[in-house]
Amino acid sequence: MLYINCPHCGMRSQNEFSYGGDASVKRPQLNKEISDKDWDDFVYNRKSLRGKHLELWQHISGCRQWIKVERDTATHEIFRTFKADEEVA
Amino acid sequence: MTQAFRIENGGLINREKKISFKFNNKSYFGYEGDTLASALIANGVHLVGRSFKYHRPRGFFGAGVDEPYAVVQLYRNGETEPNIKATEQELFEGLEAKSVNCWPNVNFDIGAINNFLKIFLPAGFYYKTFMWPKSFWYKIYEPFIRKAAGLGVASTKHDNERYEHKYEYCDLLIAGSGPSGLAGAYAAAKNGARVILAEDKPRFGGSLLTSDVNIGNQSGKDWAEGIIAELKTMPNVVVKNRSQIFGYYDHNMLVMSEKVSDHLPATKKYHPNKRLWYIRAKEVLISSGSIERPIVFGNNDTPGVMLSSAAKEYLKVYGVLVGRKPLVFTNNDSGYETAIEFKKHGVDPVVLDTRKNPVSEIIDEAKNLGINIKNSYVVVAAQGYKKVKSADIASISEDKKQLGEIENLQCDCICVSGFWTPTIHLASQSGNKTKFKDEIDAFVPGVSKQNETSLGAANGVFTLDETLKTSFKAGSELSKKLTEKDNEIAIPNVVEKKSSQHDKFWCVPLPKGKNYKRFLDFQNDVAVSDVEIALREGYRSIEHVKRYTTLGMATDQGKTSNLNGLQLVSEIENKVVPAVGHTTFRPPYTPVSIGAIVGREVGKHSKPTRKSPMHEWHEKNNAVFVDAGVWLRPRYYKKGNENLFEASKREAKNVRTNVGVCDVTTLGKIDVKGPDAAELLNRVYTNAWLKLPVGKARYGVMLREDGIVMDDGTTTRISENHYHMTTTTAQAANVLSHLEYYLQLVWPELNVNVVSTTEQWAGAAIAGPKSRDLLQKLFPNSDVSNEGLPFMGYIEGDLFGVKARIFRISFSGELAYEVNVESDYGNFMWEKIIKVGEEFNIQPYGTEALSTLRIEMGHVAGSELDGRTIPYDNALEGLVSKKKDFIGKRSLQRSAFTAEDRQRIVGVVPLDKQTSIPEGSHLVKDDKAQLPNPKLGHISASCWSVEYNNPFSLAILKDGKNMIGQKLFAMSPLKNKVIPVEIVSSHYVDPKGERVRS
Ligand SMILES: [Zn+2]
Repeated sequence: MLYINCPHCGMRSQNEFSYGGDASVKRPQLNKEISDKDWDDFVYNRKSLRGKHLELWQHISGCRQWIKVERDTATHEIFRTFKADEEVA
Repeated sequence: MTQAFRIENGGLINREKKISFKFNNKSYFGYEGDTLASALIANGVHLVGRSFKYHRPRGFFGAGVDEPYAVVQLYRNGETEPNIKATEQELFEGLEAKSVNCWPNVNFDIGAINNFLKIFLPAGFYYKTFMWPKSFWYKIYEPFIRKAAGLGVASTKHDNERYEHKYEYCDLLIAGSGPSGLAGAYAAAKNGARVILAEDKPRFGGSLLTSDVNIGNQSGKDWAEGIIAELKTMPNVVVKNRSQIFGYYDHNMLVMSEKVSDHLPATKKYHPNKRLWYIRAKEVLISSGSIERPIVFGNNDTPGVMLSSAAKEYLKVYGVLVGRKPLVFTNNDSGYETAIEFKKHGVDPVVLDTRKNPVSEIIDEAKNLGINIKNSYVVVAAQGYKKVKSADIASISEDKKQLGEIENLQCDCICVSGFWTPTIHLASQSGNKTKFKDEIDAFVPGVSKQNETSLGAANGVFTLDETLKTSFKAGSELSKKLTEKDNEIAIPNVVEKKSSQHDKFWCVPLPKGKNYKRFLDFQNDVAVSDVEIALREGYRSIEHVKRYTTLGMATDQGKTSNLNGLQLVSEIENKVVPAVGHTTFRPPYTPVSIGAIVGREVGKHSKPTRKSPMHEWHEKNNAVFVDAGVWLRPRYYKKGNENLFEASKREAKNVRTNVGVCDVTTLGKIDVKGPDAAELLNRVYTNAWLKLPVGKARYGVMLREDGIVMDDGTTTRISENHYHMTTTTAQAANVLSHLEYYLQLVWPELNVNVVSTTEQWAGAAIAGPKSRDLLQKLFPNSDVSNEGLPFMGYIEGDLFGVKARIFRISFSGELAYEVNVESDYGNFMWEKIIKVGEEFNIQPYGTEALSTLRIEMGHVAGSELDGRTIPYDNALEGLVSKKKDFIGKRSLQRSAFTAEDRQRIVGVVPLDKQTSIPEGSHLVKDDKAQLPNPKLGHISASCWSVEYNNPFSLAILKDGKNMIGQKLFAMSPLKNKVIPVEIVSSHYVDPKGERVRS
């Protein structure tokens, strides 16, 4: 079970969180023309990377904040975590 | 009464307390502190089972967790448990156990015929033998395999035992209480670290219980007892016996199974049977020791052949002799320690040492005691069927290839020692890259991935002096980092005898003209010849060899067989062992009962039960409840002898003619507040929200980004910046997360807050033509006329002194209202409605009547919003705004979603107007068509229309728009029904929706 550092609450076990997928996906702006391909990429197409991955988790049984977690998908190592509005450098 | 194989004195058992037990229906006795295995051996019982494939007789091979043979079915307090290792099961009064894998009994076993047919059961026998002909599979092969493969029988009864889960955090977790574990724990505890020390056996001390050593002028055993006693007094230390750490997971989470009651005749009241500990440790010390490995020779599975360390443990811990004419077969000094113990208890052993001329203190002691030692000698084969009677032995050449003349030596047990294998399971599970250590022919932990350190024998260190030094140091340094305390500990003086180098010999060659089975894996009957076949047939990867031959599988997971298997593969393949590599170590280290894994989450406790504030009233009024997610909702209120159908029909009819009241507390409720609340709703829902005035409600549908309907419900504007959103009962949590996602990540510029208020409000839906009259009486001071409170209107009112929210919304299609009060007043509200409603013939109605009312109105709900439908499919396209953008809108342009013949909701009526259509039935054009019959749609919901008094269903049907009036068949192979039906409009009752506005 992963041990995740919620930037709001501190170290918490994985069973307090729910997974939210790739954090690098940006929702297209509203009211803007978008090609079928770009829309499909947003809705469906994910890279399923092996290695370092920035992903979303929500601390549902805690502060209910969505956070960003930099995790290695192969080793489960967690490098850094960020608040939703924090810039990831 | 005396026991034939129990020595007069000695051992750690309590001879004051006799315990009687039964094995295979025969009564025996043992002593407190015995295991089932030690008690049986004391009574001279060596035949305990039959092997898995050939049904050869099986005895005892080890004395603990590594045991491959003595797996029994246990009976305790009216329950039965399979796959119990007799070597681990502590004796308790009244224990009953039986052999498995034998029929009709252990002494005469019909399956043993496999032994004579073994030519048919070589490696890969599952894959080869049971493939053809295909038709044989169900009738012959499968039952055979099931019977042959079953080690024990699981109980089919409800398990009355209780199992607990516990979460724990610590600085240092220490796995194993041998010398390294005790030293590490003690040093860390002295530095003030929070320590958990776990020992899988009942007694602490590990190898110190059986070894002949001194620590600080005490025996090893006394030193261990002193340390444990001191640790137990320290508030920062938890010491647990009967507790096996079986899994090392991510981020230093380890799981331990504590046997709380297995050693007792029955579980004490309020106690669990087992407790599963989830432990998050900052540092882990792995002091899991090592397991002796066998030397492979002919018939080495005969009962009476066992590990030399096990023989020593039976003698020193239990005071039990595994034989009176022992033969010790060894390639290292450990065998001598066992021989010396035998000699000290008046039994004369013979030692066969594969080495030519080993010299050490231990060997000197054996010689001084006059023990008969034969150097450069091996056991060629054990003789005897149900018990060792003698051994064929021979000298062996220096290159270990040539056997001398075969001699026969009388003996009643053969104690084998092929040196030691470090128990690296936990280290390997943690991601540690193990490495092969040539000097000990075994793998040891290498580079750590997580915060773990292996110590002592688990790390391939076999001298006590070095073990203690390194373990004290590790415990002290790791804890110092965490507690910043440094209490120096004097490392005690150690007296131990020095060993000589072991011999790398592990397998005795076959003598000319003999074809003895030489077993590698005792639990699965995998012999040297099986691995040879697998390699000959082209299996190369050790993982493939394992699966093809079953080497190292089943309940012992090859604890005694893995390394010899690797040696064999490396020899045949002409590779070094590390190049062959080992199979992956996966948790659990040893079998864990499913009950412990499940814990308390069984039956009613598998999820929380949520009840509305009116629950007690429902109970008192004969409500029959149904699970709605985690909620309990009244399904119907039983009157007299009514069944579900009759009651729900009565309730629904009463709504259509008079007035009914339904508990709708379970609906999800979310407060949406802030200056941008309307903008958020406008983006989340498919319809327009910017112009909703205060005091008005609106029905909305929300989509996922892929265009699929996520949820629906009404949202009411309570005040300028305050909206009250409702969701379906099932989707409440998901909708909240969905809103939070967009507010926190996508549109953080929106100034809106959302919070769940589901539990803050109790809700009652009042529906039926007389509902307004009732409402007026409930709220005499409010204007609830059609003008004062029009359809989709909202007002606040005073319910006999209690503040209430009144919504004119309808789920049933009737003139209807929903009244909300704070949860604590829920029951007050309900009782008032019932009381005041009496004069209007009010009746409460449950979810069954509610469904009936909504289905015949064509209102979609959970079974239509099934994660596969878009607004059009549910006839909700009128709510999809063309002007504004919203979540999921772009997806609605996908070609499949705009196809002319897109599926759509329809009504379905059976032609005979009698036969109810089972939900889930498929709609097809031709009921006689060849299979697979093309499916046009499916029945999503069915009811008995109270309006028309005939069955009515909703369906999602391909090209539904153009299918009205068509005749199809509803087929339910599950219910064996074929029903001719007609497709009609989904709005079966009041298609213009006049009633809700009346
Ligand atoms: Zn948090």
